[in-house]
Amino acid sequence: MTRTMQKSGAALLGCAFALLAMPAHAASGWGLLNMPEGVTELSRKIYDLHMMIFWWCVAIGIFVFGWMIWAIVAFRKSKGAVANTAMVHSTKAEIVWTLIPVVILVAMSVPSARVLIDIEDARNTELTVRVTAYQWKWQYQYLGTDVSLYSTLAHESNTARQLQSGIDPETVPNYLLDVDHPLVVPAGTKVRLLITAQDVIHAWWVPDFGMKKDAIPGLINEMWIKVDTDKTGRYRGQCAELCGRDHGFMPIVVDVLSKGDFEAWLAAQQAAVKQAAAPKTAAPSIS
Amino acid sequence: MATHAQAAAHDDHDHKPQGWRRWVFSTNHKDIGTMYLVFACTMFFVGGTMALVIRAELFQPGLQFVDPQFFNSMTAMHALVMIFGAIMPAWVGLANWMIPMQIGAPDMALPRLNNLSFWILPFAFTLLLGTLFVPGGAPAGGWTMYPPLALQGGDSFPMLIFAIHLMGASSILGAINVVVTIMNMRAPGMNLLKMPLFVWTWLITAYLLVAVMPVLAGAVTMLLTDHFFGTSFFAASGGGDPVMFQHIFWFFGHPEVYIMILPAFGVVSEIIPTFSRKPLFGYESMVYATAAIGFLSFIVWAHHMFTVGMPLAGQLFFMLATMLISVPTGVKIFNWCATMTRGSLSFEPPMLFALAFLFLFTIGGFSGLMLAIVPADFQYQDSYFVVAHFHYVLVPGSLFAIVGAVYYWLPKWVGRMYDQKLATWHFWLSAIFVNVLFFPQHFLGLAGMPRRIPDYATQFADWNMVSSIGAFGFGFSQLLLPYIVIKCVKAGSKAADRPWDGAHGLEWELPSPAPFHSWESPPSAAIIARGAEH
Repeated sequence: MTRTMQKSGAALLGCAFALLAMPAHAASGWGLLNMPEGVTELSRKIYDLHMMIFWWCVAIGIFVFGWMIWAIVAFRKSKGAVANTAMVHSTKAEIVWTLIPVVILVAMSVPSARVLIDIEDARNTELTVRVTAYQWKWQYQYLGTDVSLYSTLAHESNTARQLQSGIDPETVPNYLLDVDHPLVVPAGTKVRLLITAQDVIHAWWVPDFGMKKDAIPGLINEMWIKVDTDKTGRYRGQCAELCGRDHGFMPIVVDVLSKGDFEAWLAAQQAAVKQAAAPKTAAPSIS
Repeated sequence: MATHAQAAAHDDHDHKPQGWRRWVFSTNHKDIGTMYLVFACTMFFVGGTMALVIRAELFQPGLQFVDPQFFNSMTAMHALVMIFGAIMPAWVGLANWMIPMQIGAPDMALPRLNNLSFWILPFAFTLLLGTLFVPGGAPAGGWTMYPPLALQGGDSFPMLIFAIHLMGASSILGAINVVVTIMNMRAPGMNLLKMPLFVWTWLITAYLLVAVMPVLAGAVTMLLTDHFFGTSFFAASGGGDPVMFQHIFWFFGHPEVYIMILPAFGVVSEIIPTFSRKPLFGYESMVYATAAIGFLSFIVWAHHMFTVGMPLAGQLFFMLATMLISVPTGVKIFNWCATMTRGSLSFEPPMLFALAFLFLFTIGGFSGLMLAIVPADFQYQDSYFVVAHFHYVLVPGSLFAIVGAVYYWLPKWVGRMYDQKLATWHFWLSAIFVNVLFFPQHFLGLAGMPRRIPDYATQFADWNMVSSIGAFGFGFSQLLLPYIVIKCVKAGSKAADRPWDGAHGLEWELPSPAPFHSWESPPSAAIIARGAEH
């Protein structure tokens, strides 16, 4: 009797957690329940780690909650349960429930440490972008080139987000997650981001890239991303460290282009920079 | 009973100043405990109102009610008020009431210090809440006060720093009093390993407080001098390091987390045996587990700041140390389960709150374990997942334990029984709404919603709405607590000296209501032996 109760309790719990574990395919709303798997080598490793720990927690939860529910159901005074007051100690049990968790922790920590070591391996990057945070915008500088761009909240979102603007956010495309000039990076390339800030601490976070890193004035943090070759597209994130009044309004948008497209884009940007600088230095006779 | 005769003898000494003098000049542990609890309850509703401002704004995308700066003030002030104004004073109030009664002492060891430690608090909170009315508004840089953002504060900044100094002083004085009382005032025969777990957990909590509140004071003083006296402890432009503040802050901040939860472990360890009618399973391992958690709390601080860019070795160390905490915590959970096993359970309101603690604190423990995994934390950090995690350990954790403690000991305090049916309503409303409020925040965080934002992208709208509904349901349900307590004080039916048939411990050997000076003469060895059946 009590065993079936335990089982049904555990099953119920399993269902609840399974709901949470469903991959979040739906782009919005009720279906958004879990971490995105993301589009980089690291983001998938991080996602797998997250799911591994999650299932460990589910397994432990089934045991612990099962025990609690069983005790609550089986030992009710109202059902005539009589307390066994002699049951106050068991060295054997205490050793068991100290050692088993230790073993589980070791099982969790080994893969975690492996992924962490991979994350920290920032060797052999092919492109470096310096990310500088300001209150409340991002600057992206492509090191080794003159290309630099500022990225601020898109005008439409900015109008709609004013206090009592009267504009329904649902009518604004990508409300609060759109910028004027996105960061552009190539797919299939190990891109190094050197992250810093000019005023207060911010944090650069695109969930699809698996991680965030603080942007700290006076320090330069390193983070790398390598988006899968077939995962070109537009990815969105936000500042993740409280940075003042408009902390909620400095989104991050990254356009991931194929290598060829990226080279073309970068060349065009460089040409634009040169052109902008040209009238001051050279005679107009070029044209 | 012997205790009744003793109580009668007490009456001669039961003179106390009347009117306001009784409270302002009080040196009595019960009166001071009451003041702490009333203060905590008041601040709980102040902080709760701020939470409802937050949840009202987040009910829908778009900014409907408040300016982003004011929203940021609400998140910062909500945390400061709840931590320093509600949870911590509530625990000190319970310590004041219960420790002398549980160890067979007449009062706290340092009664005037006790008076001072309480009366600092109203001044501290006048300063803190006063910031809402100064130019520039209340502190809006988060309760963690990270520089350089915190240094951008206006007139509220020095008020915040001094309020924190005052709160810290109050906590340190209160903690010293607890340590001195427990070390010196135990009745003869009550050795350390006979103390009830509430006393044990508070002893360790008090040591944590004495150890880390000065660290916080140091950190905020450095902020103050950075702002006003041209130092650059945390300013990179002057050779300082903004990350150093975070290290110092969390060296205080992590033990602070356990300061709020260890006494809850103590309360649950009192309530579960009582309503299981069975002694606590593994008493000694509970004590050692508490001490282990206390020790570990000092070596895990940097898990709050994995994204600042630490060396790999540092990240690995703090990950492993953090994961290790789940071992002694697990021991506690298993011991509570084993206490219920083969017991004779009944489900009065204190037990209901203790059971909810058991279930929901465990969920907070799971998310805590997930957060310890550094690579995954790179995703979770500063998202709503973190908000869900720490609210699970603080609300159904600390807060439910406090409410459970009030429902457990209230008959002893006032000599009257409260309306248990209404308290059961309070429980179910709280337990259901707290999950409606905080469980969806796990989803929001995993899906990518950062914390501390006044407005959000539209895909987060659905679960935010659910969470806000839960918040209003939870908030208004809490009004039942003061109603039930006031009704009990005014018109409750007479409570027995031992209103719970399974209760053990010296406090139940005293009459209800407990005499003004708890144990004027130490309890006899026989009473201690009976009380120490943990």
